[in-house]
Amino acid sequence: MKQILIITKKELNSYFDSLMAYILIVVFLGFTGFFTWLYGNSDVFFINQASLKPFFSIAYWSLFIFIPALTMKQIAEEIKTGTIELILSKPVNEWQWVSGKFLATFLLIVITLALTLPWYITIANIGPIDHGSVWTGYLGLLLMSAAYISIGIFTSSITNNQIVAFLLALVIGIFFQILFGILAHAFSGAVGNVLAFADMNIHYQNITRGVIDSKDLIYFFTIIILALAASELSLLKRNLN
Amino acid sequence: MNIVVENITKMYGSQKALDNLSFKVKTGEILGFLGPNGAGKTTTMKAITGYLTPNQGDIKVGRYSVLENAEEVKKQIGYLPEHNPLYLDMPVIDYLKFIGELQGINKEKINERVKEMILTVGLDKEKHKKIGELSKGYRQRVGLAQALIHNPQVLIFDEPTTGLDPNQIIEIRELIKKIGKEKTVILSSHILAEVEATCDRVLIINNGKIVADGTAEELRKKAQGNEVLKVGIAGSDKNEIFERLKQLSTIQTVDYAENDLFEVESKAGQSSAKAIFELCVQKGWYLTQLTPIEKNLEDVFRELTLEK
Repeated sequence: MKQILIITKKELNSYFDSLMAYILIVVFLGFTGFFTWLYGNSDVFFINQASLKPFFSIAYWSLFIFIPALTMKQIAEEIKTGTIELILSKPVNEWQWVSGKFLATFLLIVITLALTLPWYITIANIGPIDHGSVWTGYLGLLLMSAAYISIGIFTSSITNNQIVAFLLALVIGIFFQILFGILAHAFSGAVGNVLAFADMNIHYQNITRGVIDSKDLIYFFTIIILALAASELSLLKRNLN
Repeated sequence: MNIVVENITKMYGSQKALDNLSFKVKTGEILGFLGPNGAGKTTTMKAITGYLTPNQGDIKVGRYSVLENAEEVKKQIGYLPEHNPLYLDMPVIDYLKFIGELQGINKEKINERVKEMILTVGLDKEKHKKIGELSKGYRQRVGLAQALIHNPQVLIFDEPTTGLDPNQIIEIRELIKKIGKEKTVILSSHILAEVEATCDRVLIINNGKIVADGTAEELRKKAQGNEVLKVGIAGSDKNEIFERLKQLSTIQTVDYAENDLFEVESKAGQSSAKAIFELCVQKGWYLTQLTPIEKNLEDVFRELTLEK
């Protein structure tokens, strides 16, 4: 655990040192802020309700795009520059390394989302707000972020090219984001059910609506664990021939 | 701390990078690894550091095995990989702290230790710069500092002096010699003179196998074979001298060499110097030169590693 935290600290620092973190925060706040408050067609004033729904739906898509950009260099660059050898010849194993990186990106998202809390406070002051659904909304965003972070780290671990890692993460992401949902309608029976379960949108909607079902939690944790384990395996692969 | 490499084999696909390789290194020994490109030097080093797992065989560092106790082994080793990979966007101090923490140095001691390492490798003026802003020589020092930071018992340097200027090379050699007095050091190099200058023992490997093992002196002797002399004789016609030399009983072959010299190879185990001198005395010729040709490590290396 100590090793994981050392790596997390280093990776988080490097997000802030390289300005990545500030760019993410500014762009995310600007983008989601615009659609939450100013856009007109679907903003808080248009729907005339004290609700963070507009924010949650725009944040869901912005994070989907931003997260692969954060994770793409995580391992790909270390493979390219050879620092992977430096780290893995220290008393650190693949799992600790991967989870340290996962945790750092996750914390960055936590910080970013925490900066949107003033909006919650503002809206809570102008009308009656359903506090429960706000907190579950944030929980939903955190879970989907964690899932995409682990997928992003996985794609970053199978290539030494950051762009490939980015695009691959988006391609895998788009399946969870919409394609599984669409495909689920095209198939009936067991296949349809499996595809429907794989669709992230449904689970996200369930949680944002304020229903925390163990089925949805299991869904997110399965993706996180599987993707991180796959990253670990792809690093261990150097020993298999 | 002793290192025992036991019958390791490493395959890359169908290619055998290491073929049943075994050797031992004792505490206080500086072992030099020589071999042509692709011989398996780097692979062996990666296997000792636990970065690569051999397909067969085991490596023991002290009493720990890389297969069973990789984490313990890694704690004992300071490793400078080939090409010296570094996090270029980190400042020198932060980087050394990070590596120190990973190596399990106590929080209270870490700042002191980082300071000590910066002074040891001579990075005091550059310590606040980002590693990416440093020149190659300084980066190499950062690489050395990270390998030494936890005061490891075993040090592994993969081509530690590539790309350095002659002054830096000498500095680093001195440093390695100093460290090597109480620790176990393995270093690899293409530069034979370097291995000769720093190492107590030399291992030459080729195609994943050990082809020679011993001190530089021993290897030279082993490869020496028959005595070869460069002889210059004046006082008569070149061809006559050549004919007479050929008739000496201790001589196997005579060749013309440049500058009117002869290259004389003696028969196995015999020396021709006396016979040549006596021949000159008898004929009234005089010697202008009589030099034994010593094989250097370079010849040994070429002999052992050239494809036949």
